[in-house]
Amino acid sequence: MTDLHYKSATELAELLENQEVSAVEIARALIERADEIDERLHAYLHRTDERLLDEARASDERRSAGEPRSRFDGVPTAHKDLFVTKGVPTTSGSRILEGWVPTYDSTLVERCSAAGLLLQGKLNMDEFAMGSSTENSGYGPSRNPWDTNTVPGGSSGGSAALVAAGGTPWSWGTDTGGSVRQPASLCGLVGVKPTYGLVSRYGVIAFASSLDQPGPLTRTVADAAAFLQIAGGHDPMDSTSIPQPVPDYLGAIEGGIEGLRIGVVKEFEEAEGTEPGVKARVAEAYRRLEKLGAELVEVSLPSFEFGISAYYLVAPAECSSNLARYDAVRYGSRVDGPDVVSMMSRTRVEGFGDEVKRRIMLGTYALSAGYYDAYYGKAQRVRTLTIRDLERVFADVDLIATPTSPSTAFEFGAKTADPLSMYLNDVFTVPVNLAGNAAISVPCGTSPDNGLPVGLQLIAKALDETTMFRAAYAFEQDLGWAGSDEGRPSL
Amino acid sequence: MDIDRATVDHVARLARLDLSDEERERMAAELTNILEHAAKIQALDLDDVEPTSHAIPIRNAMRPDEVRPSLTQEQALSGAPEVEDGRFKVPSILEEESP
Amino acid sequence: MSATKEDLFETTCGLEIHVELATASKMFCGCRVDFGGEPNTRTCPVCLGLPGSLPVANEKAVEYTMKIGLALNCKIADYSLFHRKNYFYPDMPKNYQISQYDLPLCYAGHVEIAGDWGTTTVGITRVHLEEDTGKSIHVGGSGRIHDSTYSLEDFNRAGTPLVEIVSEPDIHSAAEARAFVSELRMLLEGLGVSDVRMEEGSLRIDANISVRRKGETEHGTKVEVKNMNSVRSVGRALEYEERRQREALEAGELLVQETRHFDEKSSTTSPGRTKEGSSDYRYFPEPDLVPFEPSAEWIERVASSLGETPTQRRARFASEYGLGAADIDVLTATSATADWFEAAARAYGGDSKKVANWIMADLFGLLNEASIELSQSKIAPEQLAGLVKLVDGKSISGKQAKAVLAEMFAGGKDAAVIAKEKGLEQISDAGALETVVEEVIAENAEAADKVRAGNLGTIGFLVGQVMKKSGGQANPGLVNELLRKKLT
Repeated sequence: MTDLHYKSATELAELLENQEVSAVEIARALIERADEIDERLHAYLHRTDERLLDEARASDERRSAGEPRSRFDGVPTAHKDLFVTKGVPTTSGSRILEGWVPTYDSTLVERCSAAGLLLQGKLNMDEFAMGSSTENSGYGPSRNPWDTNTVPGGSSGGSAALVAAGGTPWSWGTDTGGSVRQPASLCGLVGVKPTYGLVSRYGVIAFASSLDQPGPLTRTVADAAAFLQIAGGHDPMDSTSIPQPVPDYLGAIEGGIEGLRIGVVKEFEEAEGTEPGVKARVAEAYRRLEKLGAELVEVSLPSFEFGISAYYLVAPAECSSNLARYDAVRYGSRVDGPDVVSMMSRTRVEGFGDEVKRRIMLGTYALSAGYYDAYYGKAQRVRTLTIRDLERVFADVDLIATPTSPSTAFEFGAKTADPLSMYLNDVFTVPVNLAGNAAISVPCGTSPDNGLPVGLQLIAKALDETTMFRAAYAFEQDLGWAGSDEGRPSL
Repeated sequence: MDIDRATVDHVARLARLDLSDEERERMAAELTNILEHAAKIQALDLDDVEPTSHAIPIRNAMRPDEVRPSLTQEQALSGAPEVEDGRFKVPSILEEESP
Repeated sequence: MSATKEDLFETTCGLEIHVELATASKMFCGCRVDFGGEPNTRTCPVCLGLPGSLPVANEKAVEYTMKIGLALNCKIADYSLFHRKNYFYPDMPKNYQISQYDLPLCYAGHVEIAGDWGTTTVGITRVHLEEDTGKSIHVGGSGRIHDSTYSLEDFNRAGTPLVEIVSEPDIHSAAEARAFVSELRMLLEGLGVSDVRMEEGSLRIDANISVRRKGETEHGTKVEVKNMNSVRSVGRALEYEERRQREALEAGELLVQETRHFDEKSSTTSPGRTKEGSSDYRYFPEPDLVPFEPSAEWIERVASSLGETPTQRRARFASEYGLGAADIDVLTATSATADWFEAAARAYGGDSKKVANWIMADLFGLLNEASIELSQSKIAPEQLAGLVKLVDGKSISGKQAKAVLAEMFAGGKDAAVIAKEKGLEQISDAGALETVVEEVIAENAEAADKVRAGNLGTIGFLVGQVMKKSGGQANPGLVNELLRKKLT
């Protein structure tokens, strides 16, 4: 079958069900595809080809016995390398975990397995999820299949690159300040940050605990909804997990946009720094939403202006504490020292990259005696303002629309000289993490200036993924971009 | 807020990062730069606003007091850089930590 | 120590107590809580701090904490948070401890203690919940940190639920501190929340103590004292500190704010390793755990499960059973003993002092000999009551009863059953006894005459003769009565 590697997960599931293709065939196609593209893209940190084929065979047997674990039994996937996988090396993109082989699985991986999904391997990312380009990976960056001189975005860059290049139909990433949505936007994909607490964080290597949320990267909206239904829902191993089962998003996905009120953020539209090409495509997207029956209204979210400042205090503070455990006592690669303090200090300075060290320092400082109120304390109050602002706006609208990223995929090295310039990439995505709401990025075409993908972000009320998926699906179907030749990089 | 070298040294010690001289110089400048940006929120008067530590309204998440299987000793030690007598080995500890 | 010296100075002392809870599983994971065992065999991703692991709070541990707080007359917070206390140490799996900071579960309580000095009300600042660390072994020297070449870490203990109780500085002498610890220990033991074994580390005491001249408004230099591993050590350590600080002040020496360790052998304290500066723990709310808002129903349920405090029990023993202070101390030393006594006293129904005496004079002796606890003995409280009733009814003599008790202890049978088996039942039938009495009078004419003449002391000799003739089974009281009747 041609282009098997570009079929969506939903399409593959149908083919498997109708016995038009076997799981082994799909697995082989994706292994071939990886051989074809990964030297250029460097999406993989670890491939599990043999296990993949073994699992594929087992899946085919289950199907012939009439006992598939789910509709998606036999569909492969690859995960961002911060999902702990039992028996498979897991690094979180860092040298400090080089060689670590976990003795347990994250809940998310267990649920995918329970649905019969097969594991292709672990994917590249910015180290400990800190970054927007994968240039912070301890193992070298990944490349954007649309233009391999450009970044795929981050921190879930490896996932985005592989999905966009047809190396896998779908991948789980994590989104703390935009790390699923921004790479989705830069690679022409669908990326979701679910409501905080919807998907279990047990076995997800933590960056900023109150902001982290696993999210799917897919080529279609329906796949994202399906992926979320497979992995989401209450987990007793995660205290912050919402004590409810996941609704049937797919059942409601064709609800359309007619009658929805969609807010457009005044402060974002007025902000400088958004590429003209991005502005143009997003403006067109707003028109399309209106054409489909939505009412667009201007809304004001003054607290959004402070999102980045608050985020770059909260996230580093939490990460400075989350990363304290990497001391080479119980696991990780050790650098020796004459006493335990110097052993830990040398291990950490060598094992962590620059961006991680920078954020640990920033976070430690922001929490330290005398500075807590001025920095971390203040940032937590900005969070409250953000939550209140969104509550106020959502009393009047159903969704909020913004560009996902102010820029299209940029060249390697373009933003590494000044860390702050990299941080500003997150300006549209960060407020959503601060408040805990749900958001989706859908492709809205490519930039007229450079032909690189542009993403439209739709923000929903907390736990209202249903409305978000409805609108995104209707938009996607009308645009007709995904699945077309235009909607695919020529790799 | 200017981050000086003494502050960098203090924070690096708290964070157990044996930064090189060059890293410390660079860090002082970078942190100053980032914190200047953060100064935006410092200027806000937010005394009447409660801080949010948890964005979602979940409360009282607990588990029953039930024993569940532990890792075997082998599993527990499997990632360890150095082991002796079933324990994790570390170089000499010089200071007592009071708590 | 001259009385004058003591009068010139006053002591201010506060205590910080850590209690390991006797839950089945750890604070944030399902690993079993236990003492000893092979190292690193009771760990999991959570209590080892593996990447990606998350904590989930143990419901019973929270409940036990509230129980302790309520028993100490604390308020229960309606909104409580866990915080991260950040510091690096090799026995810390995450290099932060999940603890509580400014929103503890319980606060603003008090407890009364009594002793030779009178009574004191000691304020309880807070009772909060946290997790314990792993254990270090220091190798290559004396076993202490300062001369070791390396250390070995065991995380079996890491994650055990730990309650921290902080007292106000309302304690003003070593004796008061000792009484406080003793009372607290009994209270915790009675609540059933911990096995409070100081030798095993399930109850740990740290003290902050300062001495100043009376009349001064500023407090003296605060010294922290650690490593007091028994109630007695608390008393000794603080006595030493009081003396040391008084002497230093008298001599005009400067006292250093420091942490000192108590040494059992020498009964002295010495400075520990001073840390560079004070620690900056960078507390912030634990994002992986959600806030606690205990419901009024839950608090009510815990409150009604509390039972008496040791003080209340002691007062009740005095009023209900008429026991003296010394006896009460012995019988309430553990709640198991107190419970046992009460069951026996209630089954008996008469003068509880008799039951108390049997327990303290006889039963305890048997227990000590066999090296077992009261709970392990074969005698049930109701059975002791049965024995005392037999003596009351003069079915057996007091002396015989001791032998019966020993049999009961060995085999667990009822007193009445044993007495019958052994044919020990006293002859209390006056008719039967009269014959023997008359025989003895006839055989001991001289003694009988003495009694007739008014020498009542000689009756004892004649009673003895009757006892001999009846093989020890005559009821001596009855014999005495019959002799008097016939001879006076």
